[in-house]
Amino acid sequence: MSKFAKKKDGDLPAVSTASLPDIVFMLLFFFMTVTVMKDSTLKVENTLPNASETKKLEKKDRVIYIYVGKPTSQYEKVFGSEPKIQLNDKFAAPSEVGDYILQERAKKAQELQNVLTTALKVDKNANMGLISDIKQELRKVNALKVNYTTYEGDAFMNLNR
Amino acid sequence: MARRAGAPEVNAGSMADIAFLLLIFFLVTTTIETDAGLDRMLPPIEPPDTDVVIKEKNIFQVNINKNGQLLADEELVDLKSLRAKAMAFLDNGGDGTCTYCKGRRNAESSDNPSKAIISLKNDRETKYGTYITVQNELVGAYNDLRNREAQRLFGRDFTDMEAEYLNPETSSSVKDELKEKVKRIQDLFPQKLSEAETSTSN
Repeated sequence: MSKFAKKKDGDLPAVSTASLPDIVFMLLFFFMTVTVMKDSTLKVENTLPNASETKKLEKKDRVIYIYVGKPTSQYEKVFGSEPKIQLNDKFAAPSEVGDYILQERAKKAQELQNVLTTALKVDKNANMGLISDIKQELRKVNALKVNYTTYEGDAFMNLNR
Repeated sequence: MARRAGAPEVNAGSMADIAFLLLIFFLVTTTIETDAGLDRMLPPIEPPDTDVVIKEKNIFQVNINKNGQLLADEELVDLKSLRAKAMAFLDNGGDGTCTYCKGRRNAESSDNPSKAIISLKNDRETKYGTYITVQNELVGAYNDLRNREAQRLFGRDFTDMEAEYLNPETSSSVKDELKEKVKRIQDLFPQKLSEAETSTSN
């Protein structure tokens, strides 16, 4: 009994915090590696629709992004509230989509130029007319692989607005 | 020679603070990207040289109007029942050449899954969200049928196999094996989903 009682008299030993930096560094490296810096700021509202039968878009270097949606409140005064196309950092007309795709395609490595996917990030309240125009432009420049980017979820949630 | 003590140790006590600062910065800026979506192929712009004759019964027409209402095979249908209807059409096997079909073999509907075509048409004022829902249901119909066959042949879901096949981290030996299986299932129910140009009227 006395054997156990002996230890009790001192204070609680302080928890060693020497390994705290290591733990923090580990977390830091994790977040540093998974971070993707955004390359363009969104100027349009972009609430993507939900879909359940999605496929992951692997290999970011093979993707060209096109954003469509209503201009955000900041740009509403200048550009109106009808859905617009955003290419890189600026608003564009549907007729400019083809040139943009060709430009982006020329920037990619030779071996990737034939396997590019166009990711359409479209706000769920946009009208199909604009999308059809984009699709028509994409067909003209032979960029036939498209991906309608969506969130994972129940597709029927798109219907209630 | 009297050896001096080494250089005084640098106090590393504030290292944790610096690391925390960086950690918080990256925590805040990180957005785990949600890049997933429906893959589709657009039709090439030049029309095929030869006109292909397709029987009317092999086409499943889906029309979406500007209010989001759905007309499938000349009937007004609810979005929720579209998947079942599309599956029934694809799985019909009307001329009896399809050995794996479990449909009703209705002579008025599609002959064979390899001949069955789903044609999707939408209005210019259709909401994008509705369009995606319809696309999702049609792709879902294909996936459900493919899953059924994959379960029967390989005891595994098709979507699961395809995801593993497309994953860049899968080793090439596994990939080769999967490629054949994926191809086989895709051939059983080839995805023929045509997107007609939008109607400008009404």
